[in-house]
Formats: sequence, structure tokens, C-alpha cells
Amino acid sequence: MATTAEGFDAHHEDHAAHDHGDHKPGFFARWFMSTNHKDIGTLYLIFAIVAGIIGGAISGLMRWELAEPGLQIMGQVVNFMGGDGSSFDQQGHMWNVLITAHGLIMVFFMVMPAMIGGFGNWFVPLMIGAPDMAFPRMNNISFWLTVAGFLSLLFSLFVPGGVGMGAGTGWTVYAPLSTSGSVGPAVDFAIFSLHLAGAGSILGATNFITTIFNMRAPGMTLHKMPLFVWSVLVTAFLLLLALPVLAAAITMLITDRNFGTTFFDPAGGGDPLLYQHLFWFFGHPEVYIMILPGFGMISQIVATFSRKPVFGYLGMAYAMVAIGVVGFIVWAHHMYTVGLDVNTKMYFTAATMVIAVPTGIKIFSWIATMWGGSIEFKSPMVWAMGFIFLFTVGGVTGVVLANGGIDDNLHDTYYVVAHFHYVLSMGAVFSLFAGFYYWFPKMSGRWHSEFLSHVHFWLFFIGVNVIFFPQHFLGLQGMARRYPDYTAAFEYWNQFSSYGYVIMAGSMVIFFANIGYALFAGRRAEGNYWGEGATTLEWSLSSPPPFHQFETLPVIEDHHNADDHISAKPATA
Amino acid sequence: MNFGEIARNKLNFLTMLLAAFTVAIVPAGAAAQEISEPASTVDAAEVEAGSVAEGEAVLEEAGGFEHFGPDRILGQPTSSEEDMLASMTFQDQYTANGEYALWMHDAILMPIIVVISLFVLGLLLWVVARYRRSANQVPSKTSHNTLIEIVWTVIPVLILVVIAVPSISLLAKQYQSPPEDAITIKANGYQWYWGYEYVDNGGFEVISNMLDESEALDAGEPHQLAVDNRMVVPVGVPIRLQTFGSDVIHSFGIPSLWFKLDAVPGRINEKILTIEEEGIYYGQCMELCGARHGYMPIAIEARSMEDYNAWVAMQPGGMTRAQIEAEEASAAAEDAASAEDAAEAGDDAGVDEAEAAEAEAA
Repeated sequence: MATTAEGFDAHHEDHAAHDHGDHKPGFFARWFMSTNHKDIGTLYLIFAIVAGIIGGAISGLMRWELAEPGLQIMGQVVNFMGGDGSSFDQQGHMWNVLITAHGLIMVFFMVMPAMIGGFGNWFVPLMIGAPDMAFPRMNNISFWLTVAGFLSLLFSLFVPGGVGMGAGTGWTVYAPLSTSGSVGPAVDFAIFSLHLAGAGSILGATNFITTIFNMRAPGMTLHKMPLFVWSVLVTAFLLLLALPVLAAAITMLITDRNFGTTFFDPAGGGDPLLYQHLFWFFGHPEVYIMILPGFGMISQIVATFSRKPVFGYLGMAYAMVAIGVVGFIVWAHHMYTVGLDVNTKMYFTAATMVIAVPTGIKIFSWIATMWGGSIEFKSPMVWAMGFIFLFTVGGVTGVVLANGGIDDNLHDTYYVVAHFHYVLSMGAVFSLFAGFYYWFPKMSGRWHSEFLSHVHFWLFFIGVNVIFFPQHFLGLQGMARRYPDYTAAFEYWNQFSSYGYVIMAGSMVIFFANIGYALFAGRRAEGNYWGEGATTLEWSLSSPPPFHQFETLPVIEDHHNADDHISAKPATA
Repeated sequence: MNFGEIARNKLNFLTMLLAAFTVAIVPAGAAAQEISEPASTVDAAEVEAGSVAEGEAVLEEAGGFEHFGPDRILGQPTSSEEDMLASMTFQDQYTANGEYALWMHDAILMPIIVVISLFVLGLLLWVVARYRRSANQVPSKTSHNTLIEIVWTVIPVLILVVIAVPSISLLAKQYQSPPEDAITIKANGYQWYWGYEYVDNGGFEVISNMLDESEALDAGEPHQLAVDNRMVVPVGVPIRLQTFGSDVIHSFGIPSLWFKLDAVPGRINEKILTIEEEGIYYGQCMELCGARHGYMPIAIEARSMEDYNAWVAMQPGGMTRAQIEAEEASAAAEDAASAEDAAEAGDDAGVDEAEAAEAEAA
């Protein structure tokens, strides 16, 4: 800790010499060459919102197409994108392009940047009492690599990818559909997009690990760290271990596509299933990467609004570690139907179910945190409670799918779609909104409307449930994923689901109106606007925090614990 | 409570967990292997007897095969207008494994997940009612309770064991080897249609394309599921169903038979399938395979062995098992005859060779 403090002091003197206590660089230097963790966090959040709008609009097209049997709007979409809308194959390809883009955008350019890049960047340094991230310039590179990745993905939509424009491989990019099955540069650009975003994430992960291990305020031991910081730490390790495997897999795809290698081509001694194993070795930790920071945020929020310390702090922290570890040894449950042998399938069935145990510990600990509390239902708390219930629903369908024998019928059906949207579109996204309303006044210095936030919650809650709950029924009845069209029997629940999209979209209008209101007319927020229950270090600062915070490092005293970093020392008897 | 204690508790759970799963897995796996052996021999005997006897009978009246009409459709999705409840759950199952899996889902998994979800919802509602600020001004400061933490770790473990036992035995059932003489049918996935190769019936391949919407509706079949040439299979006997991907990965999935197996280039996947009832069962390609992924349905027509043989006899290059056996028998007889000639001729050569070898050794 001593070295960190010295380094920081030097930084401080530098500023003192220029006599600019809270000097901000000019617009271009501040937002395009930023080394300030809060500015980079803001950039990540804006980026995630933009990507979310695009990814969400794509899902709107998908629900529109699926509202009734037959192909309705794919022709127009193909025409709009400059293709031949009368071609049946181009319409089918466009559908595949849309599902691919929706998946990649939401995973790599919405949830991850918002969770880790946005809230992680903003609040990890604040919560551990650090002046900034360990490697501020690398932080900037991480962000712009992510942007470059996004542009590469968008570019892929406008170049040939086989039957039509764009990469239609699904977000999993399975070989050989992504190699011999997709001629043209679109898939290369999509893969390159993953390379860039992945490189950005790996750099970001090293940055978080270094920051959390080296820059905690004096006295903040690992076991006194806020759970959100724990969650980002575990997530950073998952990123660091999983993403290189993805990078290797998609690099082999690139060379199979362009340089004549046959890693995944049986004609040259390769195996298409090797790609799937590599992909899911990354892909399963990836789903925990998307949800763990959400777990962390929910823990902070539930404790704050219950005015109670988190129940079972150590159990909560090590449950996340356990989820992270076990998350690496369950990947083949995404591949139950590829022809695994019986022992493999039995192992992955058993291992997958084990994850339900630490997850259950977390759910029950959140409820126990509320138990006996004095709960205030401010908007973040309402979103957090929505999260707990909907994540439970998504979790129990996960237990159903964990059974290899049961999954034989459900694999690649809408049941799976419903399951992962319950844990992501409701789990991850609810925690994002909870975190957003929790910290928005802290980040912007202005209050959103609590009323609009509650309206947003209820409409969104109803909307997503109307979208995704009927998809369980469709999946049980056997409706396949990634189909633009379906037989008449599936019409009712598909239409039902599409109505839900309209409700959800309406709620998003309210969300943006709320942000607009807050930025232009919101009343100013004080430093600790949630009051008594908010006890981590970011609440000891003004809202928004100064451009450079903690010029004098905060000290975590003996009377402080994991749930309280800011209370004054109690008077000694 | 310090961290060490918690860690020790957790370690205990891990060992328990391990023990529980070992207990669950080992006997199920072992039992499966024990059972599958005798069972398959019995099946094999039945199949052989059945196919030979029935096959002979059919040959005499060959040509009398007609495809089932839409009144014989068993495996298809139900629309909500027809039956709301049925449109919200699994399709009816027509295999023994499917019935077992359906039972496991309906009797074990569904009750458990519904109860857990409602339990969590109930706790949340209770918390909202009882611990809202207006109802509880002073929060407690409780931050841990070892007993309850143990309880909510152990009970989920026990629930998972309850799920794991039937789950593992379901897997064991699904992986029983087909009897040696089971009829092999190979489903080849192409972009974007299926080809059904009758490996044991002369090796002919039936190409199966989706019917247009108007054609399907004219035939009284559901569009997007109806095909021009169905995959005809014998009912009531184990089939060795193989899948193979000719270009990209496809997946052969039939919801009403609880069957799904990927068709992967470069490998042949194989699984046993025994359909219990005569009828038509629809399925679809279940792995993204390109532009017309949504338009390569599967229709299986399960028929009695006589009908199956009659259908096989009608196919170009199709041979029933009886025909093949008859041919093999005559070929064997010819072989035997020619082998005798060869043996006689070979004797002289053999003597010469032996002499030459002896000379060389000397």
C-alpha cells in the first residue's frame, strides 16, 4: 500500500504545481484520449446504450417477423440493406444475420461494456478508495478497441457473407457453417470484431486485477472489499482465462477460411466439434462474466435499501468464486446432442447441476439480507427484487436443461431461448438498470425521476415476461431456435410474445425520457443521496465525484467492515 | 464466525456432494451396462424372428403399400385453439425413453422448479409486506447465521441428488446399444434437405424435401413440417439411427420421439430409436445450417414390418432383409462351391511352395 500512496502523492503534487485542483482537459482530449476512469466508464455506458439500442431494434425486427407464420418483413429488410428482397435464400440469410448480430451485439457490446467497462470502471476505483485504475492509458485502449470491434461487426453487415450480405452463422460461429459454409469477407469481419473486443476485454481484465490487488485503500483487506469489487475481480479472472481460448478458436477459423488449414475440416484431419469445445470453454464462463458483476451490484443495492449488512458476506464472496471455478468445467452442456459418449454426458449433467448450489446460496442470502431490514422501495431496490425473482425462474429452467437426457428434446428450442433470456435479458439487464438507477445521480450529479423509474420497471417487467414466458411453451412444443418461420400451431404464443416486445419498447421510451429529464431538469444530487444504508466509499464523495478523487487516501479503520467503510469511529467509552 | 470455519463447512459439503454424486452415478451406470446386455440379445432374437417370418409373407403381396394420410399424424405441435393446455407443454411421446423422460420432467422437475420459484416469490412478498420501512422502522443487524447457511446449502444438494438419480438412469437408457441386427438407417443432412439412406436394405437413399405451403395444406398436413418423401421406418423394433452432415452441421430432431442427434461432417453419430406406434412424426433441423435452415423438416412414417418391407421392395435398389439373406445364402453356396475348386487347385501350388521353401532353407 505504501508504494501506491507515494505514487499517488506524486500525481497530486504535479497537479498542485499547475494549480488546477479539478482541472478537466478540453473536449477532445477529455473524451477521445481519456485516462480518467470515470470518463472512460461514462464512455462505456454511452457505448453500451447505443449498442443496446441497435441490438434491441434488431430484436424488434425479429419479433415483428415472428409475429405470424410466413416471411413478412425479411424481404424489406433485405431491400433496405441493398440486397435482392425477392430472393428466398437472401431472406433466410438476412434472418440469420439478424440473430447473429443481435447475439453478438448484446453479449459483447451491450452487457459486457455496461457491466465491466461502465460500472466496473466507474465504481471499482471509487469503492476501493483508489484515485484511478492501475493502467489509465491501457484503460483507454480497452475502450477504443471495443468500439473498433463494434464497427468491424457493423461493417460485416455490408459485405458478402455467402448467400447474402452479412455473417449468418449465429453468435456461436460454428464451423463448418462459418468456414466452407460462408463465402465472402463478412464472417472474417465478424471474427475480427471478436478479436478486437476480446483484446479490449483482456486488457481491461488485467487492469482490474492489478487495480484491485494493488490499489485498495489502506486497511481494506480482501475480506473488507465491497461485494461489487469481489464480483468484478472474479469476472476479470474469468475474462483473462476464457477469452484467450476464444481468440485461439476464432484465429483457427480465420486460418481455416483463408490460409488453407483444416483445424475444423474433417477432410484434412480436423474436427468441427473441436471448435465447439473451444468455443464453449470460453462461452460458458462468458455467461458468468455477464452475470457476476450484476450479482455484485444486487448485493450492494439490497444491503443499502434494507439498511442492513449483506447477509453471509464471505459465503456471498466465495459463492462467486465457486461459480467462477465450476463455470469452467461444465462447457459441454451446450453440446449435449453432438454425439458425446454416455459417461461424458453424465459428468456434465452432474457438474452443471452443482452450479445451482452456490447460486442458491446467493439468492437466499439476498433474501436474508432483506429479512429483518427496514426496506425502502426506491427504484434500484425494485429492479433488484425483480432481478432476484426472474433470475430464480431462469435458474430453475437451467436445472431442467442441465439434465442431458431431458435436454435431448429441448436443445436448440425456444425453451433454451427463454431460459437464457430469463437469466440475461432479465437477470443481467435488470441488474444493469438497478445499478443505473442506483448510481446515475452519483455519476451525473442529477436526480432521475423516481416515478418514471418505477413506471419503467413495471412496464419492462410485464413486457419481458410477456415476451419470454410463452417461449417456454413454444420450446416444450418443439419450436426450433433460429427459425424465421414456423408452422401454424406455433402462431398463438409467438404473437403473444411479439406483443410483449411492444410493451418492453414502450418502457424503454420512458427510460430515455427519464435520462433526458434528469440531465436537463433533474435536481442536484447530494453526496450520499441514499442516506444511512449507503456505506461504501463512493458515498463519501460529492455527486458527481471530483475529476480526481481521493487525493488523500481514505483509511479503512478497525471498526469498519465489509459493509461499512465510511462511518465515523464510534466514541470510545 | 471466522473464515476458516466457513471454509471447513464448505469443504465438508463438497465431499458430501462428491459422495452423493458418486452414489448416484455409479450404480446407475453399472446397472445400465448390466441390463443392456441381456435385453439387447432378447430384442435381437425377436427382431430376427419377426423380420424373417413377416418379410417372407410380405414378399408374396409386394406392391400393396400406401402412405399414411393426415389422419395418422401423431407427432406434431398442438395449436392453442385446439387445446390450450397441450400447446403449453411437451408433445405426447411415442418411445419408451420419451415416456420416461416426460415422466421425469412432469413428475420430478416441474414440481420442483415450480415450488422453488413460488417459494422465492413468497419470501420476497413476505419481505415486502413485513419489512417495509413503514412496518419495520429499526433494521436488525444480523449478518450471518451458520445454521441457516448450512440448511440452504444442504437442501439444494439433496434436491439435486433427487433429480440426478432419474436423470442419470435416463441417460443410461438412451445410450443402450442397438442389437447387432437392428435395421440401420442413416439420415444425411444436406443444405437444405434430408437424405435417408437405408444401409441394411440395399443402400438406396430417399431424398426428402419440404412441401410448399399449398401442397402441404392440400395434403392435409401442417406446412413447414410436411415433406415429399417421408422417412419410412419399422415400428416396434429398435432402429439404429445414424446421422451424418454432408456439408455443414445439421441436427435431426423429432420432439415427439424425444430424439435429437446432430449430423456432423466427418463423423457418424448413432443412437437407438424404437417407435411404439404406427403413425407420422414430424421433426425439423435443429442446428443452424444456413439460409434455409428453417425449411428442411423431417417426417417419419412408422409402419409395421410387413408394410416397411413392402415399401422397401418398391424402392429402386431396395432389398428386404429376407431378399438380402436369400441372396447371401445363394452367394455363400456359390462361394462354397468355388472355394472347393480353389482349394483343389491350391493344393498343388501349396506343395510347390513348400518344396521351394525347403530348398531355400537347405
